[in-house]
Amino acid sequence: MLQYTIRRLGWSLLTIWLISIVCFFIIQAPPGDFVSVLIAQAEEDGRRLSAAQIDVLRERYALDQPWYAQYFTWIWGILTEFDFGYSFRWNRPATDVIMEYLPFTILLAGGAMILTWFIAFAIGIYTAVKRYSAGDYFFTFLGFIGLSVPNFVLALVFMYIAFAFFGMTVGGLFSPEYVEADWSVARVLDLVQNLAVPALIIATAGTAGLIRITRANLSDELVQPYVVAARARGQRENVLLLRYPVRAAMNPFISTVGYAIPSVISGEVIVSSVLSLPTTGPVLLGALRNQDMYLAGSFLLILGVLTVIGTVISDLLLAWADPRVRRQHSGATE
Amino acid sequence: MTTIEGPIPEEDRGKDTGQKSSASLTWRRFKRHKLALVSLWIIVGVYLIAIFADVIAPRPAGDYNPDYPLIPPQSVTITDPGDGRGMGFYVHGYTQEIDEVSWNRYYTEDPDELHKVEFFASSGHDYQFLGLFTTDRKLFAPEDADAPFFLLGSDSNGRDIFSRVIYGTQVSMSIGLIGVVLSLVIGIALGAAAGFFRGVVDTVIQRITELFMSLPSIPLWMALAAAIPREWGPLTIYFAITVLLSLIGWTSLAREVRGRVLTLRSEDYVVAARLDGASRFRVIRRHILPGLTSHIIASVTLAVPAMILAETSLSFLGLGLQPPVVSWGVLLQEAQNIRSVITAPWLLIVPSTAVVIATLSLNFLGDGLRDAADPYGGAVK
Repeated sequence: MLQYTIRRLGWSLLTIWLISIVCFFIIQAPPGDFVSVLIAQAEEDGRRLSAAQIDVLRERYALDQPWYAQYFTWIWGILTEFDFGYSFRWNRPATDVIMEYLPFTILLAGGAMILTWFIAFAIGIYTAVKRYSAGDYFFTFLGFIGLSVPNFVLALVFMYIAFAFFGMTVGGLFSPEYVEADWSVARVLDLVQNLAVPALIIATAGTAGLIRITRANLSDELVQPYVVAARARGQRENVLLLRYPVRAAMNPFISTVGYAIPSVISGEVIVSSVLSLPTTGPVLLGALRNQDMYLAGSFLLILGVLTVIGTVISDLLLAWADPRVRRQHSGATE
Repeated sequence: MTTIEGPIPEEDRGKDTGQKSSASLTWRRFKRHKLALVSLWIIVGVYLIAIFADVIAPRPAGDYNPDYPLIPPQSVTITDPGDGRGMGFYVHGYTQEIDEVSWNRYYTEDPDELHKVEFFASSGHDYQFLGLFTTDRKLFAPEDADAPFFLLGSDSNGRDIFSRVIYGTQVSMSIGLIGVVLSLVIGIALGAAAGFFRGVVDTVIQRITELFMSLPSIPLWMALAAAIPREWGPLTIYFAITVLLSLIGWTSLAREVRGRVLTLRSEDYVVAARLDGASRFRVIRRHILPGLTSHIIASVTLAVPAMILAETSLSFLGLGLQPPVVSWGVLLQEAQNIRSVITAPWLLIVPSTAVVIATLSLNFLGDGLRDAADPYGGAVK
């Protein structure tokens, strides 16, 4: 297990490194370099950057050097000083902007993730056991609806219903009276209340896939001879279900769970943009629209790293749950 | 004294299961999934709409009428106005009032102004029928070409939403299809190679797949789409978006294929084929790929709606296709904020209904195919 863990962590470092290169190229993609954009923006505001300032900036981002030197400067800044570059739209270091918005993103994505797992696992087992029953059709249909309706449409419909029938304006993470308030139990409750609906909207997209996987795998397991044998021994149906087939059907579930994280992050970006929540979503969108590339690239990098961490955790869980996976990866078979 | 019959279901025994091809068995089984069967016809219908969009849409996609912005969906009545035009479908004209303060327009149907809707009518808008000949006959159009005719309402420029949704079908449905074909090629090739050759090939492909899966797709799509130069023509942007969608969309397919190949390659019949001296390529093609069909089909039918949704989301955010191209996502740009949704709910409802019909049917179709594509295994109920 230890050997597997080390290997897995090593690979994930490599993945993160590759992600950072992808992000760097996205930063570099728009025409013109960062400093020339900054100069243009300053001129728009009626300011002029002095030649000395420009030189300092060029040197800071190694712009007169080849791309790999620029990449290295960027990464080195992140690793040593946690400096993600400068956001010219915000006129602040990108790190500040990220730190302001990231916590709510993690909160929202985490909430959505837990909702996704919980709903998918419960409904997955139910629909597999009661295959072709009215309940199966109902939940399967509901899951399909969640899969087929774009997140942002759900968010807009929700806002419309809240406005048209309840006269509420939705948006933001706090009710008006709590926006400026100090942290208190009431404020936390208010936050949870305001997070619940966006989290549910994001979860709808991910659950359907997981329900399908759980249902398909569990249905395959339920007809296996060992289930029949256990039943023949007179084991109670509920105990039997959880003890054997559910455990066997868990594997694909666990291995997919990690990969539900990117979909949750994706959903978060869109839903937050529509509901104008103070999370990374709208900021990333704004950064991309305005070609504020250091901010955009940094967000992308952080979201990517978060996802890798999530998938590593899910892979380690899988190895812990299934010895065959461990052996396969350490080359013990064949 | 039982005879061993193999896994042939009781009700099929004694018929022709043994002789039937697996395709016809699959079809027989697919037909039992009623929802999937209905979905299949809906999808066929949607693609027919895309092909015959010019005939169905009463107006060209870009045609606008500044006199009628934000008209709510129109009601069609069957009546006989008694002026010699006879019994038929009629729509009402409108009288408008403009609120002096808010500049909102209020439309009231004018009971005396009736416009007849005729089938295969001359619409005054010429188009090429499937590239064969030029005509201006539409499936249905108002008798008077200038009459207000907005079955599903109009947008803020007075463009007909119905016509635009019909034209949007072309772009939205084709982007999903082309994108999936591209990612299918990448996914199957890499997935099969990884699962079959294992070792270094597997490791490298696994890492690449993992890299792509670790990146949250929407932000990555957003970033790459934002990098597409705006001065490119609509067609180039369309292809660039399609390629982007498939470049990121192939991963789940590759992972699925790899997992199945790993399982299949240790199956007895595959081992037997290898021991018989079949070449690796032959083993993959003849023995392993057929066993993957159900999974590939399931993943593909899942991938098409996912791509349609991705295009819709990107275009909605203003990073995907740009006007004057008409896709469902571009249409939804009009429903960008809650204010416009409240003033004109049909701007949100109509295009998103189109999206949901298409993606829901594709998802049901995929589900039915997945159950059917493995006609020999599992209990049939």
